[in-house]
Amino acid sequence: MNTKKIYSIGGLFDTPDGITKAAEDAVKEGYTKFDVNTPYPVHGMERAMNLKPSLLGFITLFVGLSGAAFAFLFMYWVSVMDYPLIIGGKPFFSWPAFVPVTFEVTVLSAAVGTVAVMIALVFKFPNNSHPLHDTNYMKNVSSDKFGLNVVYIDPLFDESKVKDFLSRAGANNIEVIYEPERKPLRVFDPKFIGLLVMLVLLTAGVTYFTLNKLLYMPPFTWMAVQDKLSSQSQNTMFADGYGMRNPVEGTVARGFTPYEFKGQPDSVVKNLSNPLPFTKENIDKGKLRFDTYCSPCHGYYGKGDSRLNGQFPNPPTLHSDKVKNWSDGNIYHVIVNGQNVMPSYAKQISKDDRWAIIHYIRVLQRSLNAKDSDLETKKQ
Amino acid sequence: MRTFDYTQEVPVVEGQPSAKSLDEVVSSPLDTKPGKIWKILITVTTLMLLVGAGALVWTFYKGIGVWGNNQPVGWGFDIVNFVFWVGIGHAGTLISAILFLLRQRWRTGIARFAEAMTIFAVMCAGIFPAIHTGRAWLDGYLFPYPNANHIWVNFTSPLLWDVFAVSTYFTVSLVFWYIGLIPDFATLRDRTDNKIKKTVYSIFSLGWRHSTRHWQHYEKAYMILAGFATPLVLSVHTIVSFDFAVSVIPGWHTTIFPPYFVAGAVFSGFAMVQNVLIFVRQAFNLKHIITINHLEKMNQVIIVVGTMVGYAYAMEFFTAWYSGNQFETFTFINRALGPYAWAYWTMVTCNVILPQLFWSKKIRTTIWTMFIIGIIVNIGMWFERFVIIVTSLSRDFLPSSWGMYTPTIYDIGILIFSFGLFFTNVLLFVRTLPSVSIAEVKASVDGAQPSHRGGHH
Repeated sequence: MNTKKIYSIGGLFDTPDGITKAAEDAVKEGYTKFDVNTPYPVHGMERAMNLKPSLLGFITLFVGLSGAAFAFLFMYWVSVMDYPLIIGGKPFFSWPAFVPVTFEVTVLSAAVGTVAVMIALVFKFPNNSHPLHDTNYMKNVSSDKFGLNVVYIDPLFDESKVKDFLSRAGANNIEVIYEPERKPLRVFDPKFIGLLVMLVLLTAGVTYFTLNKLLYMPPFTWMAVQDKLSSQSQNTMFADGYGMRNPVEGTVARGFTPYEFKGQPDSVVKNLSNPLPFTKENIDKGKLRFDTYCSPCHGYYGKGDSRLNGQFPNPPTLHSDKVKNWSDGNIYHVIVNGQNVMPSYAKQISKDDRWAIIHYIRVLQRSLNAKDSDLETKKQ
Repeated sequence: MRTFDYTQEVPVVEGQPSAKSLDEVVSSPLDTKPGKIWKILITVTTLMLLVGAGALVWTFYKGIGVWGNNQPVGWGFDIVNFVFWVGIGHAGTLISAILFLLRQRWRTGIARFAEAMTIFAVMCAGIFPAIHTGRAWLDGYLFPYPNANHIWVNFTSPLLWDVFAVSTYFTVSLVFWYIGLIPDFATLRDRTDNKIKKTVYSIFSLGWRHSTRHWQHYEKAYMILAGFATPLVLSVHTIVSFDFAVSVIPGWHTTIFPPYFVAGAVFSGFAMVQNVLIFVRQAFNLKHIITINHLEKMNQVIIVVGTMVGYAYAMEFFTAWYSGNQFETFTFINRALGPYAWAYWTMVTCNVILPQLFWSKKIRTTIWTMFIIGIIVNIGMWFERFVIIVTSLSRDFLPSSWGMYTPTIYDIGILIFSFGLFFTNVLLFVRTLPSVSIAEVKASVDGAQPSHRGGHH
């Protein structure tokens, strides 16, 4: 007839009883690579065909448990380790609150995993074509007939013998099914892989663009960018071009005591003594304020190693004999009034904080200029 | 008096139609040109969509200040509609998964349709929390992903559980629905001569060839999905109810909420499915597949869950009185007698009193009566959510911070949008996909299974 390769030989049956008996007969004859195609699942057909039970349930179990474990551990990591936040006074590890999300992720991963595995391994996605497609046999089993076909890979396959078996089993319409000429699409087909890569890149690109670029472009910024005065930015509302206003002349902030030695020489103030006790709390506070306000220019250890990369002149070290021999009142005076290019810090640093900073500067001076004799003292 | 023979189950499909005729009748809406009624209906639903889209666009442009939400009623139509639509979805999963596990064979005729309605209803529901955030384009932050701000979501918040529950529900329902469609896509593929349709059906049928070696895994997967969908559907409305129950607002802070919400969800969902099925069986000649028997069974479910809902209403009052908590007591007196009493009594009438008419067999098997009661149930269930949300928020602890809530036309517009979206989807669905599961119905026609295996089980 033609030179095409035979894929299988199929026969059609009219009743579910007929096909079940035919399947049992096929097993008895010793056929193993045969298939039964029915428009709906016929009860008992798996037993008649002697098929092993489906193992899909194990996949579900594995994927589901993995999903559950991942969700729970992820929430633990987020809530306890990476970003601990106290919410409602509850412990970071409030496991009962993790139950709903763990449950949902379990269901999601198990359901999607099962179906994905079935589509990939059983249906051989994306291979969409099969020799049976577009045959008369397929058209019938798709609607109201029941078909049995023996595939050429069966060890007992022989065209005339299979035909003979099918007619003995009671099949009508025995049909020889040939391999189609076109090649089936494989999972590793470069075109398919290329398509997947394109899809991934497209999705990632669109997401990145939307979240990181689009949302910062007009008109999506209309809530963020508003026609109003804002601090630190230029504005034409006032003649000086600043958005921020200075307080009215002579305004006194709450809790503010004017500096009584303003503009007076050091000699007047050097007898002031530090009113704060020299305690750990005060030193810690001083370190915090020093690191915030002083360290950008003076450096974390007061060595004058500015972090401003030369954008502002570096101050001299605080470990010079001059500063070491200064009284606390001298340093206080400099913080309040400024000195040379250093501006006044009276507005930024409160009275107590200034004295705390001074305690901390003394600690720095002492610890960075330790003498050998200090070791001796320690030994004792 | 008539006697019924309870030993004999009513056949799932009337008149033992042949498999070929089932193919024909189910695929005929897909192969024929739509009629006049369908065109009128889709025009109406598309108009609803357009009108509602106007309200949505204005909300996006102007912000959610255009809604009626205020202080203290921060949750208004947005959350009412969300809970309403999620509830509608529950019927589909109940029919397709729970009744499947319970071996209720009558579900086969209506399962596909009910599942489709689940998906559309969850789509409608999803709109509301998404726009309720105010800037819907930033909703990506609802999901925990490693973002540049190094901020994670709050895993102890019921609102976040909702994000997971609703998105899981949608995904799993969609997968379940699609799996059910695969054999039908194959049947359609093998019937059609149209080249475009054949390509589309071929892609979606994933090379299906009705092989027993596939059916075996397919049935297993279907069973597993049904097994997962069952606790999932219960969890979804439970978690939705946690949005309220985990708070401290009087009238919300109760442990009865999860079962009460689930029963209410099934109640409204069944009413909606019943309403739409009445149209479909009429329009597409499916009266022998979606029989009066199906509709009657749905009405029986409606009366069962409706009575549960009625019990929950009563129990809320009992708890309020028995707790001795003055805020709780006040909230319930306020519901029945306060400024929103009209909404409360609409709810009670529609949900508890009128469905009792279904005790009469004549009423629950007559098309027009059951249709009207179905609509009434849905009106009642919408009002239930309105009553729960608005009355509790409008008058909570401090009388000085009480306030009334009035929706604006934008609120109503977005509600119309959601109905437009739902019915447009339903109408497109009945024209493009088999609205009855062909393979499942074939399998449940009498005589479809081998006789020596003892028939059905």
